[in-house]
Amino acid sequence: MSAMHARPSPLPLRLDGVSFAAGGVSILERVTLSLGAGPRTVILGPNGAGKSVLLRVCHGLLRPTQGKIAWAHEVRGGPRPDAMVFQRPVMLRRSVRANVEYGLKLQGLARGERRRIALARLEAVGLAHLADRPARRLSGGEQQRVALARAWALEPAILFLDEPTASLDPAATRMVEAIVLAMHGAGTKIVMTTHDLGQARRLADEIVFVHRGRIVEHAPAAKFFAGPSAPEAAAFIRGELPV
Amino acid sequence: MQDSGNALSTALALIAGADPDLWRIVALSLLVSLSAVVLATLIALPIGAALALFAFPGRGALVTLFNGLMGLPPVVVGLVVYLLLSRAGPLGDWGLLFTPAAMVIAQTVLIVPIIAALARQTIEDAWREYAEQMRSLGATPGRSIPTLIWDTRFSLATAVLAGLGRASAEVGAVMIVGGNIDGLTRVMTTAIALETSKGNLPLALGLGIVLIVLIVLINALAHGVKAVAEARHG
Repeated sequence: MSAMHARPSPLPLRLDGVSFAAGGVSILERVTLSLGAGPRTVILGPNGAGKSVLLRVCHGLLRPTQGKIAWAHEVRGGPRPDAMVFQRPVMLRRSVRANVEYGLKLQGLARGERRRIALARLEAVGLAHLADRPARRLSGGEQQRVALARAWALEPAILFLDEPTASLDPAATRMVEAIVLAMHGAGTKIVMTTHDLGQARRLADEIVFVHRGRIVEHAPAAKFFAGPSAPEAAAFIRGELPV
Repeated sequence: MQDSGNALSTALALIAGADPDLWRIVALSLLVSLSAVVLATLIALPIGAALALFAFPGRGALVTLFNGLMGLPPVVVGLVVYLLLSRAGPLGDWGLLFTPAAMVIAQTVLIVPIIAALARQTIEDAWREYAEQMRSLGATPGRSIPTLIWDTRFSLATAVLAGLGRASAEVGAVMIVGGNIDGLTRVMTTAIALETSKGNLPLALGLGIVLIVLIVLINALAHGVKAVAEARHG
């Protein structure tokens, strides 16, 4: 925890009129959004709405074709304040512990310190007993928990999760959700995409509803689920296929 | 038929009797080709990784060039290295012509494109899978190179083996730059060529058998190690 509290929070992350197009196809259109410290934000919407691209733009993996994206408090130097967990985690061909240590190694942490943090994070995701196993030999659910430990080890101010449970069974999904809640409890801002309404209900403090590359509703979760104002969101909640 | 039958039994006798001439030739062959493979690997892996990860003008042309150079004719490589190392050549002062070192250089030049081209393909495929994750963790493309090389090590071993096979099998380049000097630069392939033309079929055949057995053994060993390691690491 120490590292995180030593750094001032760069949040909120602000997107101002952000558009993204690839190959002439518009994927995001004039998205304006502020992601502030605190609530767990769930980006909800049907498949193909642009949720993943929105997350990648936020994380800096894609550069917006228009518009601006910036931290409210720019951090000069030091490690990046954000981390991401992907739908399919990429495990490096080395031990579980070495996977968790990798990002810390890039930051130049000493071996002893890396090991200590990695083991603590593996403990937190319930995988300390597999620390010396080759990471690629683990099950999909275990790999996703390693990916969470790896992201957590970096003490990010904000964690992006792109449909982290989309290819997991219910038991593994439950564990991943518990870890996400634990990270949030420890002070990390959570921004997660899902197309799973049940998951959104379980995890969201606020909902950003994306439809065809636009944010059509941004509301507290309770209000959203009680009755969304956007017709597209209402249809989605009713389980209708998007038009 | 009678002749070749005799040649074969004499060849086997030479191998079984541990003929010192034969083993000296085998040892030098291994030394030269293994040295070339080590050198070529050190040169080719960074080249292959750079071609896989970096976009720069002329990259496509370079990739095509390396792919094309996989089929370099050994005699041409021998000729070029000969010109470089000959007394009047730019590297003539090194005095390496007709030494094992010259043969190592020629074989290195011959197999760098093979290892580089195969490594590029392997690392590029891995990069497609890794790129976002690596950037997310804070690794620049440059910093990702050693990670990718390490993570594709089992596949890269196959590329290195292809280089070793090519190096130990070629005859043209080492013949030109080594000179096939008895006891100094005579290796298996040049000896086979010479002994065959002299009509000394038993020695030629004995060397041929050893050469093939060695290549098969090295490949079997490497693939065995690879299979075990892959099963362990996934």
